[in-house]
Amino acid sequence: MASKKNININLKIWRQKNAKAKGSMETYKLDNVSTDSSFLEMLDQLNEELINKQIEPVAFDHDCREGICGMCSLYINGRAHGPDTGITTCQLHMRMFNDGDTIFVEPWRSKAFPVIKDLVVDRTSFERIQQAGGFVSVNTSGNTIDANATPVPKHDADKAFEAAACIGCGACVATCKNGSAMLFVGAKVSQFALLPQGKVEATQRVLNMVRQMDEEGFGNCTNTGACEIECPKGISLENIARMNREFLKASLK
Amino acid sequence: MKLDSKIPDGHISEKWTNHKNNLKLVAPNNRPKIDIIIVGTGLAGASAAASFAEMGYNVKAFCYQDSPRRAHSIAAQGGINAAKNYQNDGDSIYRLFYDTIKGGDYRAREANVHRLAEVSGNIIDQCVAQGVPFAREYGGMLDNRSFGGTQVQRTFYAAGQTGQQLLLGAYSALNRQIGLGRVEMYNRHEMLELVKVDGKARGIIARNLITGEIERHSAHAVIVATGGYGNVYFLSTNAMGSNVTAAWKIHRQGALFANPAYVQIHPTCIPVHGTNQSKLTLMSESLRNSGRIWVPKKKEDAEAIRAGKLKPVQIAEGDRDYFLERRYPAFGNLVPRDVASRAAKERCDAGFGIEANDTNEGVYLDFSTEIQNKGKQAAYAKGNHNPSAAEITALGKQWLEEKYGNLFTMYQKITDENPYETPMKIYPAVHYTMGGVWVDYNLQSTIPGCFVAGEANFSDHGANRLGASALMQGLADGYFVLPYTVSNYLADDIRTGKISTDLPEFVEAENRVKDQINSFINNKGTKSVDHFHKRLGNIMWNKVGMGRNENGLTEAISEIAALKEEFYKNVYVPGSNDELNPELEKALRVADFIELGQLMAMDALQRKESCGGHFREEYQDSEGETLRDDVNFSFVGAWEYQGSDINKEVLHKEDLKYDFIKIAARNYK
Repeated sequence: MASKKNININLKIWRQKNAKAKGSMETYKLDNVSTDSSFLEMLDQLNEELINKQIEPVAFDHDCREGICGMCSLYINGRAHGPDTGITTCQLHMRMFNDGDTIFVEPWRSKAFPVIKDLVVDRTSFERIQQAGGFVSVNTSGNTIDANATPVPKHDADKAFEAAACIGCGACVATCKNGSAMLFVGAKVSQFALLPQGKVEATQRVLNMVRQMDEEGFGNCTNTGACEIECPKGISLENIARMNREFLKASLK
Repeated sequence: MKLDSKIPDGHISEKWTNHKNNLKLVAPNNRPKIDIIIVGTGLAGASAAASFAEMGYNVKAFCYQDSPRRAHSIAAQGGINAAKNYQNDGDSIYRLFYDTIKGGDYRAREANVHRLAEVSGNIIDQCVAQGVPFAREYGGMLDNRSFGGTQVQRTFYAAGQTGQQLLLGAYSALNRQIGLGRVEMYNRHEMLELVKVDGKARGIIARNLITGEIERHSAHAVIVATGGYGNVYFLSTNAMGSNVTAAWKIHRQGALFANPAYVQIHPTCIPVHGTNQSKLTLMSESLRNSGRIWVPKKKEDAEAIRAGKLKPVQIAEGDRDYFLERRYPAFGNLVPRDVASRAAKERCDAGFGIEANDTNEGVYLDFSTEIQNKGKQAAYAKGNHNPSAAEITALGKQWLEEKYGNLFTMYQKITDENPYETPMKIYPAVHYTMGGVWVDYNLQSTIPGCFVAGEANFSDHGANRLGASALMQGLADGYFVLPYTVSNYLADDIRTGKISTDLPEFVEAENRVKDQINSFINNKGTKSVDHFHKRLGNIMWNKVGMGRNENGLTEAISEIAALKEEFYKNVYVPGSNDELNPELEKALRVADFIELGQLMAMDALQRKESCGGHFREEYQDSEGETLRDDVNFSFVGAWEYQGSDINKEVLHKEDLKYDFIKIAARNYK
């Protein structure tokens, strides 16, 4: 059992009234933070104190708080989702910090993710990439063939599943010095490229998704691998390689 | 009011087919003349939105998240049931139907559940066609596992992310339609009122959560698919934003709210750590396939564990009480959730809980037996028939990692303990709500043109829900039920034309919303919204939680009424209404949770029996098992709103008839 204790911390948090306003780092001191709290519970605690002082609380995105929905999105001490690997911010716990620490909290940093307020950013560019081709064009009529009529090799299904594990949080973009979305797009392209159901439209899918990705203002990939390191779901760089192969194949057709 | 469930005549296996043959249709060339609003884009909402758009209707879909992909269906881990009988272990539509009715403690509607079982196989076909990467066997066929309350392997899964993968499947179908311009998607929007014109649902008032703008949207039908209301307890496994507002608003407009007392308490959640806790995390029920649940047999051992003087691995096998295996030998650790939850509570109440905090609540979920068994198997499979203990353990852990790796990692991140080395600590928590808006067989509420799907309706789960059946219901409603039944309703609307949002009904509804928002912003009280929400949760968990009794419920009803008064008097909502304002969003939701909480207590008070997730302490047998009263309580309790004094709500009863299934005591021994 981890030792239960309380710590005092200093917070430097990005405050920005709205997309048009100029933002700045504000300083807050927060005492008696349980090391068993999650990072977001610590922010709840801060907000409760701010509300009691009639100061507007800090806006941040969060929802499931189980590491699955992909809504939470903080840049903590210069790292996407903070100083731990393989997790989202909601799973980051205060036991990762020490008494007296100063913690910097910023929103995702990318031109394609404009700030809405404080720590909340607009990730709808991801939506539009998905809408450009992140699907199999099958009718939702229920008249599909029996699920076992098309066997899928376990290895392929496992690989497709690993790619499909992406939660669309945007940490890959936020951490990339180029603001590239290639890990996110590569994961979706890979999932379908690996399954027989997705093969039919593979050519058009990769061309459309890549085109949309470029239009949204994401940068290019220069293989620094930061995205893979910060991805909470361990999405592998090999998905980017697979997308590049798919793209090349499609371009030559 | 007379409740008409509109269950079709005929043999149960033919009802749905016959019904579909008799439903009215809307011709393809007429569908573009019709608008449909769908609120909520989880499994039920996204699948419905995609299906209607595919058919050619104009669809507007709304969700409060920044993307439909974040709906809380995404967090469902374990799996989805389907009567495919791929494993040849005797499964059938009838068995799935039977298990679901029995699991629901004979408080679900027979015809709905049979339909659910009928379309279950089709759901899997549809999802596979969409590229959902379900687990496969080496031969390329789909893999299955078993879940609580069943004796067959009918659960399809994608590691511990089944909900995520199914939701992404529905989301991709929805995206395709958005891309094609057939669905207008409104992210970060919340429905705050239903608009009725001539008694029919004709639109909604929604708030743009970024700008605060109040918007009017009209349609020929409105579908509410906004999930459950477990967050009434403050602490639950629901996403923080999950709320009852859309469902409660239609209730206030005349839709009956059915069986609100039926709340599922899931047995395998990570125990509460302290007062700052914001929500609870579920560990998939699939873990019960491999884990054995126990507490120490001796009280002094439990005390020593809580004091940190003993570790669970130091308790000898003979000193462990595997209480589920002891009490329910036939199902063991795979008894249904309500049974497993209550058994854990019983042991903790008796002083055997193991968690070292002020609750002392918690039991062990232990994987050491499985590590040994699977490790040995794996060694033999490799041709090593004389493996060392270390080899067995290593191979067993590897097997666990392949099966549940992500869940184990999640547990370790949250608790700082390694579940491969020491048993997990678990305790029941609020998870899924079986009650919801009353709907007929067509999933239509008592408001014409207002349909309710998925967890937001009441119909398919009875007093209890079996594992892996919620995902099934969400997708069944969205893909395979609503497209037929809503079309039937809309067939009369092909000449109606566009509904104007300038109608006085829209103006009135918008004013109601604006008044409520302004009163919160201008209230300038002294206490935060969370302050009231936590107090509500406290009352609910203690008095309308896992065990309920007449005194507690009576107290809860008046305490919640008093809390409501204090809330309106003293809540403080910072910020303004024309910007992103999470505190305002919460205030609007908590206002509805408070009213619903009171109704839940009232519903639990009138139901003088124990069934499924509803355990009235006065009604139990000598062994502590539930005592159902089929003579007096075999009905759906559907409440009618009578103004803001919830005490005045009127109870209507829909009698439940079981024509094709024999009612029996639920026995898992």
